[in-house]
Amino acid sequence: MFWPIFLRVITSGDLWQASLQFAALLLLPALGGVISERSGVVNIAMEGMMLIGCYVGVAVTLASHSVLVGVLAAIIAGGLLALVHGVVSIHLKADQIISGIAINVAALGLTNYLNIVQTGGQGIPSLAFNLRLPVLSWGPLAQLPFLGQVLFQQNVVFYLAIVILLGLQFLLFRTNLGLRIRAVGEHPQAADTAGIPVRLIRYACVVASGLLSGLAGAFLALGVAGTFNPNMTAGRGFIALAAVVFGKYTPLGAAGACLIFGLGLALSVRLQDTGIDSNLLATLPYILTIIALIGLVGRTVAPAADGVPYEPGSAE
Amino acid sequence: MHEQEKTPLAQAADPDLAASPYAVEMRDICKAWPGVVANDHVNLRVRQGEIHALVGENGAGKTTLMNILYGLVRPDSGEIFVNGERVHIGGPRDAIRLHIGMVHQHFMLIPPLTVAENIVLGQEPGGPMAAYDRRRARELVLQLSARYGLPIDPDARIEKLSVGLQQRVEILKALYRAADILILDEPTGVLTPQETYELFDVLRVLSRQGKTIIFITHKLREVLDLTDRVTVLRRGRNVGELVTRETNQTEIARLMVGREVLLRVEKRSARPGPVVLRVENLHARSDRGLEALQGIGFEVHAGEILGIAGVEGNGQSELVEVLTGMRRATAGRMTITHTSGEQAGKTYDITGMSPREVRLVGVAHIPEDRRGSGLVLSDTIENNAILGRERWPRFAWARFILRLREIAQWARRLVGEFDVRTPSTRLPVRALSGGNQQKVIVAREFAADPQLLIAAQPTRGVDIGAIEFIHRRLVEQRDAGKAILLVSAELDEIRSLSDRIAVMYEGRIVDIVTPEASEEELGLLMTGGRPSEASREEQAQATGDS
Repeated sequence: MFWPIFLRVITSGDLWQASLQFAALLLLPALGGVISERSGVVNIAMEGMMLIGCYVGVAVTLASHSVLVGVLAAIIAGGLLALVHGVVSIHLKADQIISGIAINVAALGLTNYLNIVQTGGQGIPSLAFNLRLPVLSWGPLAQLPFLGQVLFQQNVVFYLAIVILLGLQFLLFRTNLGLRIRAVGEHPQAADTAGIPVRLIRYACVVASGLLSGLAGAFLALGVAGTFNPNMTAGRGFIALAAVVFGKYTPLGAAGACLIFGLGLALSVRLQDTGIDSNLLATLPYILTIIALIGLVGRTVAPAADGVPYEPGSAE
Repeated sequence: MHEQEKTPLAQAADPDLAASPYAVEMRDICKAWPGVVANDHVNLRVRQGEIHALVGENGAGKTTLMNILYGLVRPDSGEIFVNGERVHIGGPRDAIRLHIGMVHQHFMLIPPLTVAENIVLGQEPGGPMAAYDRRRARELVLQLSARYGLPIDPDARIEKLSVGLQQRVEILKALYRAADILILDEPTGVLTPQETYELFDVLRVLSRQGKTIIFITHKLREVLDLTDRVTVLRRGRNVGELVTRETNQTEIARLMVGREVLLRVEKRSARPGPVVLRVENLHARSDRGLEALQGIGFEVHAGEILGIAGVEGNGQSELVEVLTGMRRATAGRMTITHTSGEQAGKTYDITGMSPREVRLVGVAHIPEDRRGSGLVLSDTIENNAILGRERWPRFAWARFILRLREIAQWARRLVGEFDVRTPSTRLPVRALSGGNQQKVIVAREFAADPQLLIAAQPTRGVDIGAIEFIHRRLVEQRDAGKAILLVSAELDEIRSLSDRIAVMYEGRIVDIVTPEASEEELGLLMTGGRPSEASREEQAQATGDS
């Protein structure tokens, strides 16, 4: 009973289309994590930034009747929340883990509260299709068997994520700015004495991680779910965090990790027909995450100054 | 603001200025940290094209003053003039714009990046938004390297380079930023004698090309060898501005410390007794899994000081860690034989013992990292004075409940005997100066009445007065019949204290020589040079005699 269904699932275009979609959903906050950690600021608040993106995306789309405005608002909301993390961890030099946890908890509470207040406890109804992020169909390419469905009938944000992925990989490892970002994350004193504005770069990178997480939230709410549900990110921001480490703090590496986790998520949905308990299946991506992390302990090296606030003049 | 900027006119009255304008003039610089005044109305005047020594003990405020000049620290008050013009230096970017470069004591290099990347960082060809132009960066580095005669491989990763080469990268980095005023903060601390000579040659060439050099050091010989003029600081204040040609080591040392100092350690020749520590074919790995010790063997006798010389990072730290039980040996054997006390004649195999067990069989240890493994900085002097001995019956009932009054008495006794300057033994150790912190460790370790004393970098970061004190105590312990293993990166310290000198290079002992060996000879051994036949014979004789 299990194996025939498993085979059918694993060879279906549906599974791989879903895998890539889930992967893209993880990839955006993971790229945010990569750029933030590369600059030396630990960011575990992608979850909260995504969730804010979900809520603001839906709320603003409903208010403005424009999905584009909604997405922009979601991105900005993520960025603003990241700015809070930046001020707390860069300027006030507070513990970056605590700040991240606080942001995650606050985002969860705030979105729940606003959701209840706004809808009188009814919840937000499903959005009309013209208020959702559209799926792009690539004409004749979309008609290809299997590949058409998997690669050329994805949400518009999926393609955007790939562009951002390649752009970020190039930025970090092939440009002068990328060299400076890596220098700031490895040895902020050295960067400072070389005349690089350490704090400015860290702020920019942290805010960038928020912008990307906000976009991911908009993608989830406006592209995938078509509504807002309390805690709808369901730990994706944390899986993205694992992908950052798993991917050795590089965009391409993180993308690879997201593919694996995305497949896990998609499998947990599609294998429900096999009769395996759905609650058990739902743990699959998280178990994969733990296995991936255990298998890699000691093999990934974080940027040397990751999580360490910079104190000018502390070199003595 | 405009009026202030015109104030250099007032200097026209200074006859010196017309002849040779100051490249750097710092006036009345004040800087206080919570609890410490680092700079108290400090003045510094450096002429264009000279090599100017800035000397003083640790904590005298040299580095703070230079960090202010480089924009890393903002002064509370005071004025800075560069080439006669009043300037505001708000950060390293301002300093770079004023053609000031600094080579820091702890290098400001990013280990996983290449030489070229480190040099152009922040001023990459093409500006921040451009793609990194690897070829152009290489070219620029090679041009610079040829122009100043400082050969370097632009594609090497910093982490693979020797300390001497890393320093060269730092100098090139400053020159790449078109520095005319070059600050070097204790640049020779990590160099072998040969590397030091090379550095001096480079600095002389740079000075001849018109660069102004500010050289921070506490090694007086270097001041005399290299510099034109000297500014001496003590406890954050100016105590002297001298012309190098017209002064000598004794005068500078007196100014630095504020009293007459004995620069040489007085000691009789050793009367070595039987072997206390025997090390055979010792192997161990470093944290990174590399072979840090590759078959070390030596003996330390009662009543002698065996010095371990070598450039840092050649296995000395690992050797001390293995001997004290903090790192596991992968092969080999170490034994301790008691030569005095109740257990005289008894031999213990300490291979594989825990640090506590090693202590119990009569080994005391002054660790190289005072703050990291020598003391609990936030804890009181009292508690630090019994650290590692807290189970002694005299300090604890049933090895468990501390006898606080007993401990307090003990701490007061040690503080008195070892001249630790503190108002109370209840203060956290953090509140003490570096020299006094070190004295707490020395007191604790000596008081254990060990058979073997391992002293690793015992005077690192300690002022001259405390150095003198610690050296004298080490020699006293030797004369009392203890075996002492001294590990130090300071060649002068090794040569003045040791009865025999073992030189380590890449995890091996290349040779064991007498303290009469010349500095050149030691330097050669430290870089892995083959020992000469002459020194071998000398050594055979020396050990044969003992």
